[in-house]
Amino acid sequence: MSDVLDRPDAKAGFATVGTRPVRPDGVDKVTGRAAFGADFAMPGQLTGRVKRSPHAHARIVSIDARKALALPGVKAVVTGADFPDLASEIVEGGEAASNMRDMAVNVIARDKVLYEGHAVAAVAAVSAAIAEEALDLIEVKYEPLAHVIDVEAAMASSAPVLHDHIFTDGVDPKPTLPSNIAKRHQFARGDVEAALAAAEVRVEGRYTTKAVHQGYIEPHACVASMSADGQAQIWSSSQGHFMVRAYSAKILGLDISDIRVTPAEIGGGFGGKTVIYLEPLALALSRQAGAPVKMVMSRDEVFRATGPTSGGVIHVRLGATRDGKITAADVELKYQAGAFPGSPVGAACMTALACYDIADFRIVGWDVVTNSPKVAAYRAPGAPATAFGVECAVDELAKKLGVDPIELRIKNGARDGVKAAYGPTFQNIGYIETLEAVKTHPHYALKLGPNQGRGIAAGFWFNVGGESTAACHIGEDGTATVVTGNPDIGGSRASMAIMAAEVLGIPVDNVRPVIADTASIGYSMLTGGSRTTFATGMAVVRAAEKVVGELKRRAAGVWSVPEDQVAWEGGRAVCLDPAKGDVKPLTLKGLAGMSARTGGPISAEVSLNAQGAGPGFGVHLCDVEIDPETGHVKVLRYLVAQDVGRAIHPSYVEGQMQGGAAQGVGWALNEEYVFDADGKMENAGFLDYRVPVASDLPMIDTVMIEVPNPRHPFGAKGVGEVPIVPPLAAVAIAVSEAVGVRMKDLPLSPPKIRAVLDAKAG
Amino acid sequence: MGGDLASFTGGRAEFDVAATTVRELIRELEQRYPGAGDYVARRMAVAIDGEIHQDADAAPIGGAREICLIPKIGGG
Amino acid sequence: MSKKHITATVNGDPAEFLTDPGTTLLDALRDELGLTGSKEGCGSGDCGACSVIVDGRLVCSCLMLAVEAEGRRIETIEGLAHGSELHPLQQKFLEHAALQCGFCTPGLLVASKALLDANPDPTEEEARYWLAGNLCRCTGYDKVIRAVLDAAAEMRQERRVA
Repeated sequence: MSDVLDRPDAKAGFATVGTRPVRPDGVDKVTGRAAFGADFAMPGQLTGRVKRSPHAHARIVSIDARKALALPGVKAVVTGADFPDLASEIVEGGEAASNMRDMAVNVIARDKVLYEGHAVAAVAAVSAAIAEEALDLIEVKYEPLAHVIDVEAAMASSAPVLHDHIFTDGVDPKPTLPSNIAKRHQFARGDVEAALAAAEVRVEGRYTTKAVHQGYIEPHACVASMSADGQAQIWSSSQGHFMVRAYSAKILGLDISDIRVTPAEIGGGFGGKTVIYLEPLALALSRQAGAPVKMVMSRDEVFRATGPTSGGVIHVRLGATRDGKITAADVELKYQAGAFPGSPVGAACMTALACYDIADFRIVGWDVVTNSPKVAAYRAPGAPATAFGVECAVDELAKKLGVDPIELRIKNGARDGVKAAYGPTFQNIGYIETLEAVKTHPHYALKLGPNQGRGIAAGFWFNVGGESTAACHIGEDGTATVVTGNPDIGGSRASMAIMAAEVLGIPVDNVRPVIADTASIGYSMLTGGSRTTFATGMAVVRAAEKVVGELKRRAAGVWSVPEDQVAWEGGRAVCLDPAKGDVKPLTLKGLAGMSARTGGPISAEVSLNAQGAGPGFGVHLCDVEIDPETGHVKVLRYLVAQDVGRAIHPSYVEGQMQGGAAQGVGWALNEEYVFDADGKMENAGFLDYRVPVASDLPMIDTVMIEVPNPRHPFGAKGVGEVPIVPPLAAVAIAVSEAVGVRMKDLPLSPPKIRAVLDAKAG
Repeated sequence: MGGDLASFTGGRAEFDVAATTVRELIRELEQRYPGAGDYVARRMAVAIDGEIHQDADAAPIGGAREICLIPKIGGG
Repeated sequence: MSKKHITATVNGDPAEFLTDPGTTLLDALRDELGLTGSKEGCGSGDCGACSVIVDGRLVCSCLMLAVEAEGRRIETIEGLAHGSELHPLQQKFLEHAALQCGFCTPGLLVASKALLDANPDPTEEEARYWLAGNLCRCTGYDKVIRAVLDAAAEMRQERRVA
């Protein structure tokens, strides 16, 4: 089925697309009325709690839950034994494709625990206090094993092996001994060694990052209810309730149609809620107890037991001519996958050189398991850490060549017609325009003072399309309801209303977007991959177009003219037939009012698999100031420029740009998982896992470049993920300038800065 | 050029095909290199003249100048 | 241990509830009084999502015991609007798109109200430092600060006119 749509004449401008109406769910959100995952309750519900491993790596010798079950008020206890063992099955999640079997074991351990916090049992009781008491009564005997967390340590032949069924994929000959190296990825073109040898100028650097968490403020939460006949209901906050349904069904061995999932509002996800942790436990407990079970994670559990993203090592070698043409690039990435294979290192390889036009290159990526929580997607998974290394190396090259860093990127930049490092030839991209926008921005001309530094960095993300369903219903009074199946993380609901209003030709306030449960709307892939405005928006537009087609047909019937003699303009059917003389147009409201007589309800639903998502590019400019006494870094100014395709609702596009940048600043300056000698996380709370606060940041300026994606009816490109890719390097380069030393190990927390300053002085 | 497809095709990274749709491409690859077509169907995306298609069996490739197979992409 | 009976004023209305001595004010507000607008983001007073105002003072309700509410005046997000009339802060948050997922928004609004109660004309820096106890992971704070300063300006204007 074709998914390219006839677009309204772009030259005429848009009535609603590009405006900034107040979001339709806004009042509920500012009054506290909006219901998030933990705000829901079912009558008779029990409280569920999870017992978690205190060891980073151990064999489970035995679990005895008898005392817990005997405690008055305890209604159910489950362990790994209550869940089916799944066969190995790759879940098509794109770059972080994981194995269903691994996901099931991550939800609740079977014979081994693989990280501190790994779930080993769960209880449901009539109160939280009794549930907590019951956890202490569950006796688990462990045989602790040696653990390993650092990625290079995990790759060593002497490392403790997590899984004896992992034999490194992607190396020839295939190893005969199991190891923690799950896979080797390689992307290459030409002869990088020869090109490097022939290069007139070379730079080389080894960069490191630590595991960081998505840091959503809302902990995971759900209420699940399974009846005696095997039918289940789940209320849960996630990035995709169809995903919740699918994974719950798989992990418990249920039919998909037996589970109905209603999406709660979601308090942040950033990729971390594209997988599930609690729902299968809550369902299993509910089945055993015969009552609904509510489960909410504590912040401590969120840190210890839900996926952060990989920490890793990024090694970069670049070669160039003396006049600034980059001729060779060799990149090696080592990424922590956490307890099971599936780090985003594959995608990292594909994004590593995407901003550049380089003839000869090799990119190698290692996916390595470690005794830390299984990594989950985090906004442009894999790309930020790799961009950190590559962009810092490019900056070093610029300095060595004595060339302006923006000019160097323009000279070597990806543009239409360039064959991307990951394969396809680029078209309709706006990278060069984005670089030019930063170059000419007043910020770039500002002079810096003592202890200050400036960093510029670029970033790329593919963005995806995928399966979406949308329905458009016209009410009897001519107002419209638009129904989709994508949770709204960042204001996408407003964009759905805008796009439908544009097509229908009615005010945006007359369009109400609704996010329906899994039984009430057709399938939709989850909210992630920067896909919602692109793919679900496409479905919304097509559904609205179908409605317009139907309205025209009704009007043609009323006027007794052929259908091709009716046009839809400004929310009204207009008669084009000259033979009919002066015919008054029929408004949407008018047609809706007579819908029963003219054929029945006016409604359309469209399901599609959106293709041709346009990639996004961003360029960030960051100025910092160091306090030499404390090593504290202050961000003075920050500019985000990005090719957004078309800003459907500019305020929310700006919001994505600013939010992604802020997360990147935190990743660069303070955030990291700190583990003690036993492999336990030391900073599992917001006090010591330091995310940016309001006083850490200045206003974040934004420049939106619009190079439309012709595959989307309004030219939209995904915008949510690109902005987290450049900031790590932009900040690190700025700090390096300010201290006079190339900083290569994130985060750049005050002790690190002080150590560098001390070394300089001493 | 990238990804694991090479392990099915004996290292070959470029092919001439008669296929006019992605579905036919997958069938042709499976015939020539058993396992390769299935791998492409499950784990890879197809870039047709620069536009990325995932799970798009009917997508036409007949008149395309450039067909590129790349690993599937997700997001966060 | 038997539950304690607590009487307090919540958003101007008399409220009473039973609570275990160890229950936080946050949990009592949410579970006993059904006021789920205040959120738990961390349970340790680090994120501010549970912000309420107690006897005029900004407090993390997760750090206060419910029994400590006895006889006190408590203001939560649910009391910010008057019927269908939004508070200027709420209106400005909407106009400036100062929220994305909306989870931190109730806490931010309550904390912002406390700021403007104490200081009707804050500078950008004063606003940022006052709100440093309210974590937001979505917005990067830019539009939040703009909304707060704009609301402050409007409220000063209203006071002049009134």
